[in-house]
Amino acid sequence: MTRATLYGWGRTTASIADVVAPTSDLEVATLLATSNEVIARGLGRSYGDPAQLSGGVVLDNRELGGIGEIDEDGVVAVGAGVSIDDLLTLSIPQGWFVPVTPGTRQVSIGGAIAADVHGKNHHVDGSIANHVLAMRLVTPTGAVTTSPTEDPSLFWATMGGMGLTGVATTVTLRMTRIETDQVLVDTERFADLDGVMAAMAGGDANYRYSVAWVDCMTKGAHMGRAILTRGDHALRADVEKATLKGPKRPKLAVPFDAPSGLLNPLTIKVFNEIWFRSAPKHEVGEPQSLSTFFHPLDGLRDWNRLYGRRGFVQYQFCVPDSQGATVVDAIKRLSGSGVPSFLAVLKRFGPANPGPLSFPMPGWTLALDLPVGPSRLPGVLDDLDEMVIGAGGRIYFAKDARLSPEKVRAMYPRLAEFLEVKNRVDPEHRLTSDLARRLQLTGR
Amino acid sequence: MENAFGQPQNVVVLGGSSDIARAITRRLCAARAHTVVLAGRNRDLLDAAALEAREHGATKTDIVLFDAEDPSNALRTVSEAFAKVGEQVDLVVIAVGLLGDQSADEDDAAASARVATVNFTWPVAALAEIRRRLVLQGSGRILVITSVSGIRVRRTMYLYGGTKAGLDRMCDGLADSLEGTGVTLQLLRAGVVRTKMTAGRAEPPFTTGPDEVAKNVMRGLENGDRVIWSPPVLRYVFAVLRILPKKVFRRITDR
Repeated sequence: MTRATLYGWGRTTASIADVVAPTSDLEVATLLATSNEVIARGLGRSYGDPAQLSGGVVLDNRELGGIGEIDEDGVVAVGAGVSIDDLLTLSIPQGWFVPVTPGTRQVSIGGAIAADVHGKNHHVDGSIANHVLAMRLVTPTGAVTTSPTEDPSLFWATMGGMGLTGVATTVTLRMTRIETDQVLVDTERFADLDGVMAAMAGGDANYRYSVAWVDCMTKGAHMGRAILTRGDHALRADVEKATLKGPKRPKLAVPFDAPSGLLNPLTIKVFNEIWFRSAPKHEVGEPQSLSTFFHPLDGLRDWNRLYGRRGFVQYQFCVPDSQGATVVDAIKRLSGSGVPSFLAVLKRFGPANPGPLSFPMPGWTLALDLPVGPSRLPGVLDDLDEMVIGAGGRIYFAKDARLSPEKVRAMYPRLAEFLEVKNRVDPEHRLTSDLARRLQLTGR
Repeated sequence: MENAFGQPQNVVVLGGSSDIARAITRRLCAARAHTVVLAGRNRDLLDAAALEAREHGATKTDIVLFDAEDPSNALRTVSEAFAKVGEQVDLVVIAVGLLGDQSADEDDAAASARVATVNFTWPVAALAEIRRRLVLQGSGRILVITSVSGIRVRRTMYLYGGTKAGLDRMCDGLADSLEGTGVTLQLLRAGVVRTKMTAGRAEPPFTTGPDEVAKNVMRGLENGDRVIWSPPVLRYVFAVLRILPKKVFRRITDR
């Protein structure tokens, strides 16, 4: 065990823990039995504090590797410490893509399950949990195999359960068939938020993948101008030269912490302007590589350092379909308060899954990157929480670093159901994290 | 746990009934603080401060009684306060201080020692135990209230200013010693604040109210500044004052 400083991707709150890297289910079970307080960590891409535990034991799960054979139905057993990057490197040449990917390949499968990650295809395919056939889960009361049919309450509590029900060690997934490593993308520019939301509500059903980038810095008539990109995997017949190449290693990295304040209202406005103008007004069927379409930020390693010493928070909420006005109000509130925000990501969600703490619900989701620093920011986000609760929506734990326990209870009405399962498999409350303490998810 | 904006949930305030401490506690509770343990000498004042904390959003409050003139109780006081929180402590505020009456105290050995004990020796003893506990915890913050009067000590206030200077200097080194432990120490260097401690004295320039100090503290916690100046302009005022020739400094400050 080594004592190490751990923080999330937003680099806001650091804490010290004893870090140990188990290599087998047995070692995980031993560590759960011998640690008073423990949590698993993957690649540390959650923005806040779910994969750290001050004064406790943190399992660095990256050694829980191994990728099995991908069978003809696309079913594969994957070690929880395997990254989506590793999996794609192996699977794309065989004609398989992960069923769901977040905006980065640098997440572990275990972490993906803990956060029940979603991607650009949620409105069609749901979140990662919808594609998990079974998993090996080591809990403080024993190791079990759980699936939607074997102990379903434990299975679903674990999906989006932020690692608080046990440590997943092997996950069996069903992959998606692809014929090429290209995506055919339609791009449209919209001068305002209403336009892009109408296009998404009306047309997303025709696309497997859809996402909009929204400019939150422009006020007035062009408030919420946006770029909508939608597409689907290219078939062999769609492209001149059909290839199946895995992702490339990023060549660029941010070598040191930028000065806090590099990303200020002025520089962000300039960036947003360039981004907006460089997108085509309207383009149909443009072939893009999988990486360009799904993981644009993976091309720049350690990009979180651009936010400087103070770091940044991401605010991601979802609201039901009928509450689209909340998205408009939220962007208005932000652009009106002068709090700088990088391009926001807007998406539509399809049906929710049975996970009591799973984030997505049918409707809209908006994610905003906000540098820490402006004195109004904490208060503005507290106000946005109230708007989200009023609309019947919620905040995504994987992004959160500042929510309060009371608001979690309003946003996740099925929390008690989750805690019941947690207390069943973890009666001594060993599984906890800085996030669990902060939001009172420990079951105590 | 504290959140991304440096807003703590579990707080211990040593010297919790002082006006500055109460203003800070109010703002902490209005943000995220739910458990607050206040330590001090006067039960009635602490009870009033605890009630105020609950009115501002705290869900659990408790008090610990101690007398800062006796450093031998520092260990017990800190241990009791941490035990009453019952979970990891996110923030410890040290708001212990004695202004004294310089003209009466300066030729009195016992009175001078009392000012030094309250402003320096007791906080030093308490910090030893706070440091030990927070380092073990792997996270947490310490906010120590010193004073700009310690930046350049004036002859009319050398007991208070000098002993606060000692605490301030020591904490600077202590803060460095915490690097890599997950624990941080921040100093609040406040100018003159309108409180019961300063009531009846002439108000020098840059005098503020306790709530303005508390506001600057919240910003300082968010930004992680090693030194929080209140009001912030005093950073520059004292950058000049500390290098002024002695004669000029006296002429300005002896009024």
